[in-house]
Amino acid sequence: MSDTRVSPWNGLRNSYWLSAWVATAVVLIATTLFNAGRGGPSLGPLLTTALSFSTFTVLVSLGQMLVITSGPGNIDLSIPSVIALSGALSMGAMQSSNGLIALGILVALASGMAVGIVNFLLIRLLKIPPIIATMASALIVLSCAIAYGRGMRTAPPALLAKMLVARIDYVPVFSIFAMAVTLLVWLLLTRTIYGRALCAIGQNRNAARLAGVKTDFHVLLTYAISGALAGLTGCLIASYSGGNSLDQGNEYLLLTVAVVVIGGTSVAGGRASLGGIWGGALFMFLLVALLNTAGASAGFRTLLTGVIIVMVAALTERRQTR
Amino acid sequence: MRHFRAHITRLLSAITFAILLGLIYRNQSLALSYLGLTLLLGASVPIVFATLAQMMMVSVGDLDLSIGPFISMCAAIGAIILPNSPWLAALLYVLAIGVYVFCGVLIHVRRLSSIVVTLGLSFVWLGFALLLVPSPGGQAPQYLVDLMAWQPPFVPLPVLFAILAALIGYFIFNITVFGTVVRGFGGNPKVIERSGRSSLGIHAAVYALAGVFGIVSGLLLLGQTTSADANQATSYTLISIASVILGGGEFVGGKVYALGSVFGALTMTLATSFLNFYQVSSDWQVAMQGIILIVALSLRTAIGYSGKPA
Amino acid sequence: MTSTTDAAFVQTEKIGKTFGVVRALNDATLAFYPGECVGIVGHNGAGKSTLMNILSGVFRNDRGTLYVDGKKVEHHWNTHEAIRHGIRCVFQELSLCPNLSLAENMRLRTSAGNALGWRKQAGAQVIRALDKIFPRHGLGANQIIESLPITKRQMVEIAMAFTPGDHPLKLVILDEPTSSLDEQSAKQLLTYLRDFVSGGGICILISHKMHEVMNYSDRVVVMREGAVIYESDIAQTSAKQVVEAMGQGHTNRDEQAATRVHQAGELQVQARLSAEGLPLKAFQGEIIGLAGLAGHGQTRLLKLIHALHKGRQDRHGNELHTETAFVAGDRQSDGVFGLWSIAKNMSLSWLGKCGRAGMISFAQEDRLIGQWMEKLRVKTPDMNLPISSLSGGNQQKVLFARALGADAPMILMDDPTRGVDVGTKYEVYGIVRSQADEGRTFLWYTTEFEELYHCDRIYVMNEGEIVGEIANANLSEGELFRLSFKELA
Repeated sequence: MSDTRVSPWNGLRNSYWLSAWVATAVVLIATTLFNAGRGGPSLGPLLTTALSFSTFTVLVSLGQMLVITSGPGNIDLSIPSVIALSGALSMGAMQSSNGLIALGILVALASGMAVGIVNFLLIRLLKIPPIIATMASALIVLSCAIAYGRGMRTAPPALLAKMLVARIDYVPVFSIFAMAVTLLVWLLLTRTIYGRALCAIGQNRNAARLAGVKTDFHVLLTYAISGALAGLTGCLIASYSGGNSLDQGNEYLLLTVAVVVIGGTSVAGGRASLGGIWGGALFMFLLVALLNTAGASAGFRTLLTGVIIVMVAALTERRQTR
Repeated sequence: MRHFRAHITRLLSAITFAILLGLIYRNQSLALSYLGLTLLLGASVPIVFATLAQMMMVSVGDLDLSIGPFISMCAAIGAIILPNSPWLAALLYVLAIGVYVFCGVLIHVRRLSSIVVTLGLSFVWLGFALLLVPSPGGQAPQYLVDLMAWQPPFVPLPVLFAILAALIGYFIFNITVFGTVVRGFGGNPKVIERSGRSSLGIHAAVYALAGVFGIVSGLLLLGQTTSADANQATSYTLISIASVILGGGEFVGGKVYALGSVFGALTMTLATSFLNFYQVSSDWQVAMQGIILIVALSLRTAIGYSGKPA
Repeated sequence: MTSTTDAAFVQTEKIGKTFGVVRALNDATLAFYPGECVGIVGHNGAGKSTLMNILSGVFRNDRGTLYVDGKKVEHHWNTHEAIRHGIRCVFQELSLCPNLSLAENMRLRTSAGNALGWRKQAGAQVIRALDKIFPRHGLGANQIIESLPITKRQMVEIAMAFTPGDHPLKLVILDEPTSSLDEQSAKQLLTYLRDFVSGGGICILISHKMHEVMNYSDRVVVMREGAVIYESDIAQTSAKQVVEAMGQGHTNRDEQAATRVHQAGELQVQARLSAEGLPLKAFQGEIIGLAGLAGHGQTRLLKLIHALHKGRQDRHGNELHTETAFVAGDRQSDGVFGLWSIAKNMSLSWLGKCGRAGMISFAQEDRLIGQWMEKLRVKTPDMNLPISSLSGGNQQKVLFARALGADAPMILMDDPTRGVDVGTKYEVYGIVRSQADEGRTFLWYTTEFEELYHCDRIYVMNEGEIVGEIANANLSEGELFRLSFKELA
């Protein structure tokens, strides 16, 4: 966060994420009105579906946001592969048994974290640029996922699947869980040394190191957290969809970057904006849903999604250094 | 010693390529024959031009996440529209370059991140491609198919194209003043502005050139596959980025090397077929590119040249 | 010498410029005539850089009028217009493309045509310019800028500013040009400036080094708080008068502080950059100076020491027995976090002290920040303003506070008083001495000879090695030069 101790009104006015929420609200209203005319889902159920799918996006986007904040051009491209692998590993560990849910989640977190640590080692020890390093590890992790999980038909434990569709009114329970995670990340960014260190490293890594910040440790932590969140999401997606599928993570590659950026985080690093992540995720989902309901073809939907991303970026991004 | 190490670093992709080729040759001596090279490196032809396009972007410090879908779209235009209405196709290609230029201008004027804008752009290209070929189809014009089937004397076709691409890239960046201005813009944009040149024009020109190379790549790809598929070139995005970096390029801008990038593209191409010669399960083919990237770039670190004094 | 019969080439009349709340320039009225070198002195924040930025087209003035070549300057004034009229500027920050060669950079500044031999042409041009100003520079036209040490880069920068090109060369503004040069090239430059003005050119020399201004300019202008407060021909004034006009006492060598009487404690560090050369040794409570020609490894040695692990010997036998904090001299690349406020920039190294278990206590942080803002008199109405709102000298104060406020028993200083005004310098010397008396160790690299008088021992570096050690009592410029140029065995 750029300077959270500036007066709250100033902070609100300068907030980069407000537009994301405005856009989301607009699309939500448009969809509801549209659906009302056509007998499609009303606001309530629409909100539930939107929140369900957006929660997955939010969870991995939080990790992506941290990685992007750690420096200019830093991106975690291994997220989809981790989702695929950890989904397979956790399904395999749980073997559809309710008693092994905790184990499954642990496996998911651990496998994701392990990939994150490997990413860090590639970047730090072998001095490979982050985009390339995460790209390379994505390819290798994907191969592992293919080798291990091909043809896997293990179903998720019944309890886990039920928890994922449980809801309070129209809000899914696990969306609330994701909101709690979001809150944790917010605390991490604003109140801890880690958060300050991350933003310092993102702005000027050299200066941060000279100022005594343990850059390696904090960047390692960042990739580990991103990997762990991706791992967790892989397990949850697989459980939500009734079983692991190897391409379940593919859309998240570009989606997480889009959400993080639309939410206001600077791609140049050093400035994280948490508030817009939910807005960005909801917006992306609702947009596609609206177009779907309007009967647009896949091509048109994709085209319009792209145009809107470009427009949103053009309107909301400011003062980038590329 | 320092200069020697600098040169080695930039030729790293060439060395890696030679090593891979050597390992394949050990397993299958026919690989180095005319036909062998044609088969091995055939897939590299469109990739090499995709790499040229990415080079343009990286030279000004930008990144193009949309080049893969763009190439698929160009191939689709070539398969669906070009055979029947060449003028319409030409118009569409020009419009496509126009969109690229528009994005370049947008990025420049609003100081946006190219990663974000090209991300959105990738959806746009993919959308157009899907509109044209919702399922794989279309028919490549015969002249393209003939071109890609041509067997020139002495030099295999892919090698010829690689040489051509390297020459084009080297000419643009090292011979012309324009190329120096572009690299200068990538290294320190303020200098270019102070010299009275239009940095907007440079940015736009670079994006236009990237579009041109993308079109070339798409047409060549179409000549090889003879029909279009909206997703066929998606992987080119990351491959082209990897090739430029393998060739010594740097994301910070101003540093791209034509020869190195072309070798990088050839290396990445070999990486996928490499495993076929060693009877490794195709599950690991995807990993091979990753492994090659890691090994080649760690070599660069091991040689230890960073280009800067303390 | 000033020629009063010629019309002024550049004239400012009551120029003013405000940035947000800060009035950087207020009623500046000056004139610059062909054939003179004008030295401009003043504290940081006095408005010198702002004035130069207006002359060279980087900013536009809010109030007053600027006249160039007899004509009033309208709203289209920008850097390119300034260059067209013959006004060139050598900034404190480099304006070269680091990834290109000398020849390529030269070509970017001219439009010498696109013929096939343009590289050779441009290369010859830049080498010619270098030969004229810095004989025996040792540079090649195809060397890449970023592979050169900063001294050489500055030389290229300066040479290019003095190269005639598409546009006339009438007025050259040099802002602290010798700060990155060593003594020899500094002298070469200053000598060349006299040549340049005798040929009818105008030179504006902004410098903190009194002897440069007094010995090489025709007229001296003193600025303070955005206004011109004193102006005189050099022949009719003296260094003392100029300094008095600046409003602060100036210490010349006779008034340097006496040698410190102190008990040196245990060995804190022993390090060197390579296997040859003497190792640097520092004992607790000492102030150790690093000297020698600029760019000969002093900064590298400091950074090497800063990166050593406490208690462990690295494979070259270097050892460090304490924690270190670093005061950066190259603010942009080593020190300042541009997106952050003044407060956050300052407290980064202390965060461990401001809370528990990895969390930060804002109250404690603010308190500490307030203390240091006062101690170093950082001039700002609000510590939550962006760091970019501060002048260079005040930014440097923030970096000092960051290091001094940390708990590290040893402070490494990388030529930290560059661009800092005299008043602050004396504050800093005082703090350094008193903290050393209390047991803190200082390693101090400086390019200003006078500062070495505060050090107990001085190591002289040459080509990355320590070639000699001078005790404070034996310190003299002659001894320093002798060691700096000593041939290596």
